[in-house]
Amino acid sequence: MLETVYEAQLPVGENLIIYKNRITGSKPVGRIAIVSGIHGDELEGQYVCYEMIRRLEEHPEYLRGTVDIYPQMNPLGIDMARRNIPKMEMDLNRIFPGNAQGTVMERAAAAVVEDITGADVCIDLHASDMYVREIPQVRVSAEFARQLLPFAKLLNADMIWLNATATVHESTLAHSMNMLGVPTLVMEMGLGLRITRVYGDQVVDGIFYLMREMGLWDGPVGPVREPVISSDGEVEFIRAEHAGIFLPSIAHRHYLHKDEKIGDIVDVLTGKVVQEIVARKGGMVFTLREYPFVYEGSLIARILEQDTQE
Amino acid sequence: MHIKEIYRVEAPYREDMIVKGYRFGKGDKAACILGPMRGNEIQQLYICSQLVRVLKELEGNGCISAGKEILVIPVVNNYAMNVGKRYWGVEDVDINRKFPGSVCGEAAARIAGGVFGAIKDYSYGIQLASFYMTGEFVPHVRMMETGYQNTSLANLFGLPYVAVRKPVPIDTRTLNYNWQDEMTAAFSLYTNKNTEVDEESAVQAVAAVLRFLTRMGIIRYESHSGYISHVILEQDLSNIHVNCGGIFRSLVKAGEDVRYGNKLAEVIDPYEGSVKETIYAPTDGIVFFRYTEPLIMQNELAYRLIHRLHA
Repeated sequence: MLETVYEAQLPVGENLIIYKNRITGSKPVGRIAIVSGIHGDELEGQYVCYEMIRRLEEHPEYLRGTVDIYPQMNPLGIDMARRNIPKMEMDLNRIFPGNAQGTVMERAAAAVVEDITGADVCIDLHASDMYVREIPQVRVSAEFARQLLPFAKLLNADMIWLNATATVHESTLAHSMNMLGVPTLVMEMGLGLRITRVYGDQVVDGIFYLMREMGLWDGPVGPVREPVISSDGEVEFIRAEHAGIFLPSIAHRHYLHKDEKIGDIVDVLTGKVVQEIVARKGGMVFTLREYPFVYEGSLIARILEQDTQE
Repeated sequence: MHIKEIYRVEAPYREDMIVKGYRFGKGDKAACILGPMRGNEIQQLYICSQLVRVLKELEGNGCISAGKEILVIPVVNNYAMNVGKRYWGVEDVDINRKFPGSVCGEAAARIAGGVFGAIKDYSYGIQLASFYMTGEFVPHVRMMETGYQNTSLANLFGLPYVAVRKPVPIDTRTLNYNWQDEMTAAFSLYTNKNTEVDEESAVQAVAAVLRFLTRMGIIRYESHSGYISHVILEQDLSNIHVNCGGIFRSLVKAGEDVRYGNKLAEVIDPYEGSVKETIYAPTDGIVFFRYTEPLIMQNELAYRLIHRLHA
């Protein structure tokens, strides 16, 4: 059933509406909230929401608890393919828990928090931006790791990244909900402005597995993969040291050897290679640059060190 | 005056972005004044350019105190200004949310880190800043409540108000917060415009900075004494939101005195032209902030009032 979580009049002939789709099972045994679209340029979660609803409606007989799906937290951002809230240029995921007496989107954030409060678990689906591609992963802050790891391991992710501070900022939905006692996991996958169906299906399988473990779903589920669990210290960031065009030599999700070439940064005006990028350590390339133009400091790749694979 | 390169960003399709510092006097790092980190802060750029002009004259006349150094960085993010964007680079990053920065981080964090490395040791830090909401302020000095803030020093600018903001987590990445964290007495100056030059308030801002530098013994300059500032806590301001979306017809400006029940604004139906809502003052006070866009959303913040202390 479609419900309005928040609604505000836009200036000219339109309302901003944040919807959720509530799908209710046969018994009131619990509730899972699935959130997506906080950043309007991250569309991977749109497929996950669609596929969740499709499978739930295909087999309503297996559903026990309640599933709340919020696909479009930043509807104007999705419409305009913008990460931030259009016109305000604010990152919605930096104003949680919001303020019911505050500005327009502070009120929206507060309404969403109030609506999710009481759920047994919440999954906040993100994609990467349009610059780098990510494998499906769960990001968990160290502060809540003890509560969240048991859930995270069930989600069929390739990796659980502990203490990824940039994503688990104190003003995020995930932090706010965890502070309010709703275990909330941030999932990241794919690429901005794109949908990677194979990743989406993998994540949907994981969510159904989690629901089954929580007693919300009685239907068949497949096995889930064992994720690599990594802390920040085991992740190597490779950044551009020169501006130019990045030409990769490897594929995403590639296992690198020490000293293996990752790619070149080239100057297209002079036809010269300005930086040859080589791995200082071996490991899995779980993040790889897709957008070719780089400045000094632009993220090229993130590598999960090889030792953690063994 | 000595011009030095504070930070350089190489770019394959444009000339390098060079953050320039204008140094006046020699000696203790007394005061640093920093201009736009966002591409729409045109008024702030103008104010900094005028400060450079005046300080150059003062230095020529021997009016920079012996053993004191002033650094002015008129603009950090000229790249965004030249292409009409607010934030930095293709990744659209707010440099003022990247402090203290990192020399090995992402591009915007490197800019923040490079700039911060050059300015963190000054005793007084003055940022010409803009607020995240579009609107008009009464000129004021803004400070974060970090425990290190010193409102008595802020009074020395002689602007009408000193506003103290209790920081939320996202504020901890701003320059003002990190300056204070490094024991620099940090102040953010707000005038009533961002995207256009307002000569009157720019003159007021330049005078305020020169007054402060004079009172701290950094320059010798004849100026009138300015206002005795009133210190306000941001949480004590009276916020007035609109209940409808539409065309916003604002009837009073920042700095105006209003009485309880005065009409402040109207929201007009954009199709039929009728008044959908009239906004009245909920208290006696002075308009600290007013929304200035012609279109407004439901629940948007239209005004912030300072309660009048004396009838």
